[in-house]
Amino acid sequence: MYVYDTIDQQILNERVRQYRGQTARFLAGEMSASEFLPLRLQNGLYIQRLAPMLRVSVPYGMLSSSQLRMLAHISRKYDKGYAHVSTRQNVQFNWPQLEQVPDILAELATVEMHAIQTSGNCIRNVTTDQFAGVAPDEIEDPRPWCEIIRQWSTFHPEFAFLPRKFKIAVCGSELDRAATAFHDIGLELVRGGDGEVDFKVFVGGGLGRTPVIGTLIRERLPREHLLTYLEAILRIYNLHGRRDNKYKARIKILVRAMGAERFRDAVEAEWARLRGGPSTLTEDAIARTRAFFTAPDYERMDTLAEETALRAQVSADPAFATWLQHNVVAHRQPGYAIVNLSLKATGFAPGDITDTQMDALADLADRYSYGEIRTTHEQNVVLADVRKRDLFAVWQRARELAMATPNIGHLTDIICCPGGDYCALANAKSIPVAEAIQRRFDDLDYLYDVGQIDLNISGCMNACGHHHVGNIGILGVDKKGREYYQVSLGGNAGKDASIGEILGPSFTAEEVPAVIETLLETYVELRGDEESFLETFRRVGLSPFKERAYASVN
Amino acid sequence: MQALIRNGQIVGNDWTVLTELAADAALPAGRVLLPLTAWEARRDGLAGRAPLGVWLDSAEDPARIAQDLARLDVVAINFPVFSDGRGYSSARRLREQYRFQGELRAVGDVLRDQLFYLKRCGFNSFALRQDQDPAACLEAFGDFSETYQAAVDQPLPLFRRRG
Repeated sequence: MYVYDTIDQQILNERVRQYRGQTARFLAGEMSASEFLPLRLQNGLYIQRLAPMLRVSVPYGMLSSSQLRMLAHISRKYDKGYAHVSTRQNVQFNWPQLEQVPDILAELATVEMHAIQTSGNCIRNVTTDQFAGVAPDEIEDPRPWCEIIRQWSTFHPEFAFLPRKFKIAVCGSELDRAATAFHDIGLELVRGGDGEVDFKVFVGGGLGRTPVIGTLIRERLPREHLLTYLEAILRIYNLHGRRDNKYKARIKILVRAMGAERFRDAVEAEWARLRGGPSTLTEDAIARTRAFFTAPDYERMDTLAEETALRAQVSADPAFATWLQHNVVAHRQPGYAIVNLSLKATGFAPGDITDTQMDALADLADRYSYGEIRTTHEQNVVLADVRKRDLFAVWQRARELAMATPNIGHLTDIICCPGGDYCALANAKSIPVAEAIQRRFDDLDYLYDVGQIDLNISGCMNACGHHHVGNIGILGVDKKGREYYQVSLGGNAGKDASIGEILGPSFTAEEVPAVIETLLETYVELRGDEESFLETFRRVGLSPFKERAYASVN
Repeated sequence: MQALIRNGQIVGNDWTVLTELAADAALPAGRVLLPLTAWEARRDGLAGRAPLGVWLDSAEDPARIAQDLARLDVVAINFPVFSDGRGYSSARRLREQYRFQGELRAVGDVLRDQLFYLKRCGFNSFALRQDQDPAACLEAFGDFSETYQAAVDQPLPLFRRRG
């Protein structure tokens, strides 16, 4: 992974000093709350329902074991002994003191971490595939490009006060595991004729109040022009995005208002002036960044013998076999596997991770996965380079840590925002709804029969829980002071992206688990051979689900 | 007198922003920054007058004065509220696209914590909001000793300068 040089470290240290000064001036009454607001937001600090929330950046989901230990330490020293993995691969602390944030940042800086631009109307943490560099379906590792974008966007002087927040994702594989279509800019790596990669550029995707699938505005952007093209898009948005209404300020609204053609023309005209300028990437700069993301020194081994040993463990322990089947995926290197560790154990808020789990996970990574951990936008964690013969040991330890629930990609692997229990924006609680669903569907065999399905829950229309792109989406709404839940079906975050269709009138929290059960029963009855929930829904449409769901609650 | 920082020095403000100028009103004597519409209406009649200055509001496109820049001593860009970031892009266009060489001034809600970015985008003078402490504001230009991106103050991105 990327390692800071003295310049990166110096910039970060100066940032800590700057933010310490800003906090001191605010606390001394030299700066108003409204002036401090964007400064603290650009540093990831929200004022929440019960306490401030600090969102720490995890650039494109990569963590070293020493960074993870630092997060565990911070959760103990400044918080309540746990943290939360967000749907943008970041890590959130729910109980820090505003006065202590500069000290937290100083500690984070010692392990090359920070909270820069994790909130506010600026360019946010760039996200990507959690299997980058190890996925068999990868065209090219997206992480060097993410790092190039990270550096370019960090303290970008022109784009610190955009009309609204701005999110960029990079996809480097056949399957899109980063919800690229739902970002302000989505970049897809494509293989060029010369064997090198270029970008497909999408703009104006997003969730929130107005879910939109990104529009393709450039079929092919030669890689060296990445930054000048991004700069052109951002400048057009900065100058012309709406600033009179925050709900209409995202770039998707501008693209829609101008029309994709006119928007593209404006970007291309701006780009014509920037193209070939100093921000054009050099081969040296690309090579330097790529050099940080080379494959680890994989061991040579007799892969057949390893496979045989693994099969023996599988037949000796059915629980291990189940976990292996559902939580471990293929690696491109023979003899290795990718391990998904589930943060979706029933009884724990989805994405929450305790200090003990973080420390133990860091130890596991050091021992079995080259000291690296990844966070996922589905709010789980990944050990990306585990030797197959070590899988059993990893599973045993993960099971002790309650991180081995074999539910990856299944109904109870719920994406869920913090909701009304924490968030000041929420209309409704989301965590208790997730838990009620997890409790109702505690029969793994039933879940496996239902197959792969994404269930996403947001506590309000800001859509942090990505409900629009859940195969089943649940949105908390407030009706005259009472919490209700609107259900949508058919959303999908992959390359064949779709936005969920609303089933109908919303339900009470108590009704939700039974409604989900009815929806699943309907699917099981209607499905064809090997047909997933999403495929069945796309074939039969909303009506049969709707009829059954409302018949069951009336 | 309102404090002004120009080229890193605290000086007195020597230009007055005319917030509006009626079509039939006489142009006041002295150093005045004209609203864009007033400039557009009168620019042909102002031959020989010097020095000249114009101010743009945050939504006004600097392309409208692109042909006039050689005549203008000062161009000011207004920040109606500090969080309106359009002026940063307008400044870069003025400097990098239209090659404006004169004084580029930030006026309006100009606060200490925006100064570093404003300078990077090409502003070289800053009419501070009344409550700002000019000496403390000077420190803000030193918030960072290195930057990643190319901008007006540093035309080469860090990746072209790394050893």
